Amino acid sequence: MESIYLAIPLASLIGAIIAGLFGGIIGRKGAHAITILGVGISCFLSFVVLKHVGFDGHTFYGDVYTWAQVGNTKFAVGFQIDRLTSMMMVVVTFVSLMVHIYTIGYMQDDKHNWPEDSRGGTNSYQRFFAYISLFTFSMLMLVMSNNFMQLFFGWEAVGLVSYLLIGFWSTRETAIFANMKAFLVNRVGDFGFLLGIAAIWTYTGSVDYKEVFERLPAIEHITLTILPNTEWMLVSIIAICLFIGAMGKSAQVPLHVWLPDSMEGPTPISALIHAATMVTAGIFMVARMSPIFEMSDTALSMVLIIGATTAFFMGLIGIVQNDIKRVVAYSTLSQLGYMTVALGASAYSAAVFHLMTHAFFKALLFLAAGSVIIAMHHEQDIRKMGGLKKYLPITYWTSLVGSLALIGFPFFSGFFSKDLIIEAVHAANIPGSEYAYWMVLLGVFVTAFYSFRMFFLVFHGEERMDEHTKSHLHEPAKVVTWPLIALAIPAVLTGYFLDPMVVGDFFDGVIHVDESHPAVETITHHFHGSETWIVNIFSFVGHGLIALPFWLAMAGAGSAYYIYMKQPSIAKWGYDKLRFIHVILDKKYFADEFNMAVFAGGAIALGKTLWSVGDRFLIDGLVVNGSAKVTGWFSSIIRHMQTGYLYHYAFSIIIGVLAIMSWLLFGANNV
Amino acid sequence: MFEGNLLSILIWLPIIGGLILLFTGDKFAPRPIALVFSALTFLLSIPLWTDFNPVGHQMQFVELAPWIEAFKINYHLGVDGISMPLILLNTFITVLIVIAGWEVIKHKPAQYMAAFLIMEGIINGVFAAQDSILFYVFFEAMLIPMFIVIGIWGGDNRIYATIKFFLYTFFGSVFMLISLVYMYSQADSFAIADFHSVKLGMTPQILIFLSFLIAFGVKVPMWPVHTWLPDAHVQAPTGGSVILAAVMLKIGGYGFIRFSLPMVPDASSELAWLVIFMSLTAIVYIGFIALVQNDMKKLVAYSSIAHMGFVTLGFFVLFPIVTKTGSAEGTLLGLQGGMVQMMSHGFISGAMFLCIGVLYDRMHTRDITAYGGVSNRMPWFAGFFVLFAMANTGLPGTSGFVGEFMVILTSFKANFWIAFLAATTLIIGAAYTLWLVKRVIFGAVANSNVAELTDINKRETVILAALAFFVLLLGLWPEPLVHVMNDSLAHVVEQATTSKLGN
Repeated sequence: MESIYLAIPLASLIGAIIAGLFGGIIGRKGAHAITILGVGISCFLSFVVLKHVGFDGHTFYGDVYTWAQVGNTKFAVGFQIDRLTSMMMVVVTFVSLMVHIYTIGYMQDDKHNWPEDSRGGTNSYQRFFAYISLFTFSMLMLVMSNNFMQLFFGWEAVGLVSYLLIGFWSTRETAIFANMKAFLVNRVGDFGFLLGIAAIWTYTGSVDYKEVFERLPAIEHITLTILPNTEWMLVSIIAICLFIGAMGKSAQVPLHVWLPDSMEGPTPISALIHAATMVTAGIFMVARMSPIFEMSDTALSMVLIIGATTAFFMGLIGIVQNDIKRVVAYSTLSQLGYMTVALGASAYSAAVFHLMTHAFFKALLFLAAGSVIIAMHHEQDIRKMGGLKKYLPITYWTSLVGSLALIGFPFFSGFFSKDLIIEAVHAANIPGSEYAYWMVLLGVFVTAFYSFRMFFLVFHGEERMDEHTKSHLHEPAKVVTWPLIALAIPAVLTGYFLDPMVVGDFFDGVIHVDESHPAVETITHHFHGSETWIVNIFSFVGHGLIALPFWLAMAGAGSAYYIYMKQPSIAKWGYDKLRFIHVILDKKYFADEFNMAVFAGGAIALGKTLWSVGDRFLIDGLVVNGSAKVTGWFSSIIRHMQTGYLYHYAFSIIIGVLAIMSWLLFGANNV
Repeated sequence: MFEGNLLSILIWLPIIGGLILLFTGDKFAPRPIALVFSALTFLLSIPLWTDFNPVGHQMQFVELAPWIEAFKINYHLGVDGISMPLILLNTFITVLIVIAGWEVIKHKPAQYMAAFLIMEGIINGVFAAQDSILFYVFFEAMLIPMFIVIGIWGGDNRIYATIKFFLYTFFGSVFMLISLVYMYSQADSFAIADFHSVKLGMTPQILIFLSFLIAFGVKVPMWPVHTWLPDAHVQAPTGGSVILAAVMLKIGGYGFIRFSLPMVPDASSELAWLVIFMSLTAIVYIGFIALVQNDMKKLVAYSSIAHMGFVTLGFFVLFPIVTKTGSAEGTLLGLQGGMVQMMSHGFISGAMFLCIGVLYDRMHTRDITAYGGVSNRMPWFAGFFVLFAMANTGLPGTSGFVGEFMVILTSFKANFWIAFLAATTLIIGAAYTLWLVKRVIFGAVANSNVAELTDINKRETVILAALAFFVLLLGLWPEPLVHVMNDSLAHVVEQATTSKLGN
């Protein structure tokens, strides 16, 4: 079995290396064949592992090789395979496989995306496959890790591939700005993350999950004085530092700014990296670290409030976006906020459950958006679309499935997962849970509104595209539509895993919830009314139908229909009358402007000042060249003593002799 | 077969090679001769690694012969786990420099190659010397070929740079000589090992420590005695920059770990705050300065200073930890981190300067604004450049991560804020490096000069691939290196925590 675990990431890695280094030799077909084969093997074996671990109850914990052994600390590369890992592996490899297949269609004509004078277009197809396979490898290393060092490796490696892919079309200024921004903002998160790891190593002497968790009780009561006169619980500092890492990767306010810009990358990676997998790494990590987070209510409260803020306020921005990908991007931000809220409410299993359902329906929505973009010849403005239903039937129906899952329509996966989160926040007792509850509740309306605003503007109503585009409209190739269908199935069905995943015992021994945090237990208590599974599901749905979230979702979708299909004047009225709010939303709360002015501008100004004042004026100007000048000045005076004229020397000697003699005669006697 | 005097061979073989080149001159195939000598030296240095016994801290491959008997000065060579990898780094990098200068150096190639071969031998001598006067002689002699390299093959402002370089470094080392003579008066020997064991009072320790701090601090270079480095780099030819960044700066770090920590442990402990302050300033202050550079070489030079800050931080963070926790537990990680950072920086900074050289050879400018969209014309080069840039930002999986990771972990043990400031390199380092990449490598083709660029040739590919191999190997599997250094560094921890005060 161990060799299977090793084979899963390596299969993807080998595909990536071959396609990346020898893309020119093996050609396009060779590149996509080898990478799809690699990821296909990873995916198949992940299902085998899911059965082995998830259903037969086996687990694995062990090292592959020693990375470095220093003193008593062993840094290793190794795997922890439990139910959380195996679920993540399946999600990652399955979505990745679908995206690989889809890419064959999406990147077919990539040469056109490069200018004439660039060699970037040669083999760009192969390079893209190499990158997404490399991403799959990195993500697998992240989720399969059994220690913080490797976690950090995977964490930054997915960031690297994200960087390379956002800037894939490297001749576009916006793309290479976005990828640098993404990397730097993520580095702010990683900065906190690394400090968290350093704190863990300092106080437990290990970076191995198992050892760290075993030693947690010993550090429970340690406090640190970071600023004078303030005492912090060590566990709170560790948890907050780790969470800062999660905020970067999972794009939580205020480190969310990179995710919308990441849409500059090709759509398949928006689906894979910036919706389904990489951005959920933060959620996964917090769930994995539940024993640490459970020890600090302070940290949980912070998680809860930041998640709730992201869930609601990022959703609002989605309403004013007109770029089809950006709408989905803000939706992703908002949904990541939902997952974070669940973490803060100690409903880790609900967060992970939503992570899973979201991975499928959001990947589906992105790929469907990509399908629309292909059909529209790379037009992304939804105001120039409309009525696409009859041209793109498969895209239409799969988008509908994805949208219904997203807004939490009964019997679709998102319904179960989102309802659980709202219930959990309702039952939570952490400071801030009241605020969070209202945010996630109102967020339901917002989600439904922007989702169906986009849906109606794209697929229904008047056809607003130009004649040329219209005459070429048709459903893209099967490599594009089949992955949509393949993702639509889990977008519906995965919701039915709520028992065992959330209310059952699936994550027992993996996720730890302290007794003082009753959220999930409350839900479980409600759920297990009957003996049979199907009755429970129906009673859950029935319960949901009379609850507030369902009606808020319906109201959201309904108002979107009314405003954008029936009475467009309302949209115009709102735009005119609420201009102030519109500007704030359109400018994304001015976060980018603030960051550019304060952080980017500030850093450059500081650098210039330090350079010109510190290095050039003080050190080089005054001290280094100054001492050279002083030496020069001093010698120019001394030089007068060495004039070479004999009478000068003779005169000096006479003066000297007189001085010595007077000292001997008058001075010495008095001593 | 040369086991008995392998180190002597590694010192004198390249020097003899250099002298032969000076004798034969430009007419008689100077490049192949240089390649043969440097490659032979590198091959001969491999047994240092393979035959090295990593158990224990004792000196190996020892050679001992009297030199100046009146003062008990000996020709005494030997290596332990600390110096052995540095010698290999030196012999490896020199081969690359010879290959890198193959077509580029048209002016007096024989002398150019000779200077580097002689420098190689002298630097091997610095690392192998077990007698402090022998060390000092090599330490000073090293300046001469570097002075010549910058002065003859350098840029327009090379005279200012050479004088600044020479005076700065020479100024630093004279004080060291006084300290060495003083310790001779105490120990009645010039052997480094005897200096390690001689008892010293606090005042002499402090003075000796400060003299070492100036000597090695200038070499590293540490803030605020770093300003010679950007000038030297900018004016030096590519090969000069590479040997300077990759190997010569390491002598400063080596000096701290071979001289300061074991010889004057009490003063090191007393003044550790000063070194830590200087290191953190290097990391933060210099990082911001690197951000605003428009000259690629200056940017990488400043980045070097910031990265070398981790070396000195890793070495000296030991003392606050011992003061705080009362035990040396975990401090070894800092020393390991500092040493790994030295090796890693050798590969990465060498590679960065070679990359800049590749661009300079084609465009004859180092001004960042003259570039843009290089990847469109040089995709393979762009791949290497991005890899080395990522290594420079400390990306896990590359060697740049290992040392910084270890040092940051250890720093937290000393103090939250030390770790906090050290970790800012994650953001600042990424900012200046990626901004460089964005402006030079990515984007549309910026101008007609860029449009005419041709991708790297086989020779350049071989050099960059060799460095890329080590950057990745050390990043993915540092254990072999860590293992080799372990016992020697553990011994340094022991020495640094054993007081030399008292009778």
